[in-house]
Amino acid sequence: MRIPCPICGNRDSREFDYMGHALTLDRPAPDAGLGAWDDYLHNRENPAGPTRDLWFHGLGCGAWLVVSRDTVTHEVFGAELARDVTGGRA
Amino acid sequence: MAELTAKTPCAGLLPISAGRVTVTEVDPGPMTAIAPFKGKEKTLAGALDRAHGLGGPAPGQTRVKGHVRILWFGHAHALLVGVAPKPTLARHAALTDQGDAWAVVQVEGAEARDVLARLTPLDLRDAVFAVDATARTELAHMQAAITRVGAQAWQMMVFRSMATTLVHDLDAAMRGVAARR
Repeated sequence: MRIPCPICGNRDSREFDYMGHALTLDRPAPDAGLGAWDDYLHNRENPAGPTRDLWFHGLGCGAWLVVSRDTVTHEVFGAELARDVTGGRA
Repeated sequence: MAELTAKTPCAGLLPISAGRVTVTEVDPGPMTAIAPFKGKEKTLAGALDRAHGLGGPAPGQTRVKGHVRILWFGHAHALLVGVAPKPTLARHAALTDQGDAWAVVQVEGAEARDVLARLTPLDLRDAVFAVDATARTELAHMQAAITRVGAQAWQMMVFRSMATTLVHDLDAAMRGVAARR
């Protein structure tokens, strides 16, 4: 599997660490309630198909990426800098 | 105060050669990581140009002027090699002395690329990785920086603490390539 790092170009997946689903970028408000925080911390979908994950290019440029891929076909659709996705917050 | 003797990271380990490949240690001189403050990327490029005659390198690129080289060194930072940074740069970027932190070696020869291909997943073909290209990548499971400095010459950097592992893995790969000629 190769991941198209927006900075480095196509790189082998061994340069990257998987850092969980990209929904962790959408942190609930501090007063969102126990239900929202429980969901955010513990509950994850297990999709068969398209998903968005965080990957850390630790053996490369060091950037955090949001990677779109398909868990069934292993196709990687694209990647963008997490910084650009969040607009610099968090 | 004790008199301390400075040793290079690969002292006693290099040079080595096998087949048509030679590895030598490089003394890079001063090395400084330059990480621009938020929103200062453009003014830093101008300050670098005024201070050292080198602009900021684009991702994957190096700029060279005389014995001074600046490498793109990862997400939002660069590495100035061969000269101490002028203090004016500190207005635009965080400057961190890296001079003792890295082992720097040069791998050179007709089969140098075949040796590197055993150790890194980086695409080293001419069309992708030309002279003066640089990359942060994996080298035998270590975080490395690889810069092409000639048609058959690459400089490799790993953390100083891993110098012995670097030389060991290079030596094994060189002997493997040489044995299969």
